[in-house]
Amino acid sequence: MYSYDEYDQKLLDQRVAQFRDQVRRRIAGELTEEQFRPLRLRNGLYLQLHAYMLRVSVPYGTLSSRQLRGLGHVARHYDRGFGHFTTRTNMQFHWMKLEHVPDALADLAKVQLHGIQTSGNSLRNVTADHLAGVAPDEIEDPRIWCEIIRQWGALHPEFSYLPRKFKICIIAAPHDRAALRIHDLALRLHRNEAGETGFEVMVGGGLGRTPFLAKTIREFLPKRHLLSYLEAVLRVYNQLGRRDNLWKARIKILVHELGVQKFTELVEAEWQDVKDGPVEVSEAEVARIAAQFSPPNYEDAPTFTREFDELRLNDLGFARWLRTNVGGHKQPGYAIVTVSLKPPGGTPGDITAEQMDAVADLADRYSFSEIRVTHAQNLVLPHVRRADLPVVWRALAALGLATPNIGLASDIICCPGLDYCSLANARSIPIARRLTERFDDLSRLHDLGELKIKISGCINACGHHHVGHIGILGVDKNGEEYYQVTLGGSEDLNGALGTILGPAIHADRIVEAVETLIEIYVALRRDGERFLDTYRRVGLAPFKERIYAPA
Amino acid sequence: MPLLKNGEAIADTWQHVAAGEAVPPAGPVVVPFERWKAEREALLARNTPLGVRLPNAQNVGELAADLGRLELIVLEFPKFVDGRAFSQARVLRERYRYRGELRATGDVLRDQLQFMQRCGFDAFEIAAPNAAEIWRAAVNEIDVFYQPAADDRVPAPRLRRSA
Repeated sequence: MYSYDEYDQKLLDQRVAQFRDQVRRRIAGELTEEQFRPLRLRNGLYLQLHAYMLRVSVPYGTLSSRQLRGLGHVARHYDRGFGHFTTRTNMQFHWMKLEHVPDALADLAKVQLHGIQTSGNSLRNVTADHLAGVAPDEIEDPRIWCEIIRQWGALHPEFSYLPRKFKICIIAAPHDRAALRIHDLALRLHRNEAGETGFEVMVGGGLGRTPFLAKTIREFLPKRHLLSYLEAVLRVYNQLGRRDNLWKARIKILVHELGVQKFTELVEAEWQDVKDGPVEVSEAEVARIAAQFSPPNYEDAPTFTREFDELRLNDLGFARWLRTNVGGHKQPGYAIVTVSLKPPGGTPGDITAEQMDAVADLADRYSFSEIRVTHAQNLVLPHVRRADLPVVWRALAALGLATPNIGLASDIICCPGLDYCSLANARSIPIARRLTERFDDLSRLHDLGELKIKISGCINACGHHHVGHIGILGVDKNGEEYYQVTLGGSEDLNGALGTILGPAIHADRIVEAVETLIEIYVALRRDGERFLDTYRRVGLAPFKERIYAPA
Repeated sequence: MPLLKNGEAIADTWQHVAAGEAVPPAGPVVVPFERWKAEREALLARNTPLGVRLPNAQNVGELAADLGRLELIVLEFPKFVDGRAFSQARVLRERYRYRGELRATGDVLRDQLQFMQRCGFDAFEIAAPNAAEIWRAAVNEIDVFYQPAADDRVPAPRLRRSA
């Protein structure tokens, strides 16, 4: 993985010093809250309902064990002993005190972490397939290009005051594991007919009040032109994106209002001027960064061992865990382990400082010191020898991190909601907790199969409800919490936005309603059908009739 | 309004002519873009320095033919969050090679000065008594730059290659 050189480290250290001075000026009364607000937001510091929240960037979801310990340190010393992983693969600390933030950022800088551009109308953290570099179906590691964009976009003088935030995602496999098309700019590395790799460029995805999936504006962009093309897209957006209405300021609205063709023409015209200019990344720089993403020194590891086989046959818990939480690896003899942050009754994405340290230790011993964060708010140990799976499973189970539910009904994506967030209309965490308690019977959970439930506490859709097989959106009706349900959303490359089931459902009845939806699915499903398949076959009507049937 | 140019607080010698005002007969004048379009011939006939104040929604390409005759372009930041003029500045400097004064006016924040300078601004209207002091602090806090822009700072990728 990428390790900072002297330039990267110097910039980060200077940034910490700069923010320390800004906090000093704020505490001394030299800056009003109004003046301080844009400065703290540039460093990922929000003022929420109860306290300051610090959002720390985890670039493209890759962490070293040292960095995970660094996050654990901040949780322990400056927060209440835990942190929360978000759908953007970042970590949030929800109980920060302003006067501690400069020290927390200085400690994070020592492990090459920061909160730069995790807020504000700027280029946000670039996300990637969380299985980058290890997925058997990938053509090359997309994180090389994520890192190139990270550097180019850091403190960008022209694009730091965009009409609205700007999120980029890159994948390099036919399977989309990163919800690619819900991003403002979505890049898919693929091979053209000549055998060269380049990017399919898609723009204008995003959820929120007006959800869109990103549309293709260029089928194939040679990799060497990535930065000039981004400059062209962003310059068009910076100049023409709407600034009169916060709800219409994302690039998706510009693309929608201009039409894809007109938008593409403007970008291509702008690109002709910046193409091959000084912004293009040099081959030497690509090679320098690519070298840092070269695979670790894998051993010639056995595919199976006797212990593994016996445990698989004799322990249902291990067998279930293998089925949902372990995936195939590029390298024979290795596996990819997903660490579930979705225990029954837990807050999705929450992890304690002790768990962070323990996962870091496991990564050191069994995964070349590397950890990934997924957009579904789980962690991944990306390089585990198959022979080590029994010991890793036992260790994770002892930590409460081996719930065999990845991709199942209790693997819920959930935003912080009204428990923390000042934008929320309703709570989302208690709904997630009640649902995971309801679906804690593992036989039933495994029988139900893949089922993605996603919960947002407001229309900003941080919990991705639009693309949940079952989406749940919190709304406020005269001070009471109600939940609007959508069905049939999907975040893969052939993705779809969910359809609204009907009138919003009261908080007291929402868990029962989800239970009913699942009963209907079980009654209607044919062999091997997932919830989404059945929904696509039978449509909304059977679900709607039962849910809204007169009592 | 105090004017900061190349890091020094100086007096503004330009006469800013508003939409309906008469253009003074002598001395450097800066006019709104609409007026420039309407009275271009007459203004070009003056034997004085000329400037244009450009709204931030304006495509700067429309001024391309006149840039050789202009000594000042004023770009607007109606609110600090409205960053359109950052792009206008870079396009003027990098695409059209404009060499005259490029001035930022409006809601110009101390913490944006370095970005503005990187995009090609060399003059700033700032409502602060200690503008020069603020300038020195603001443009020196960070001295590592990843991306090329309209200034002459060498970005990190190029420094790495020459190291």
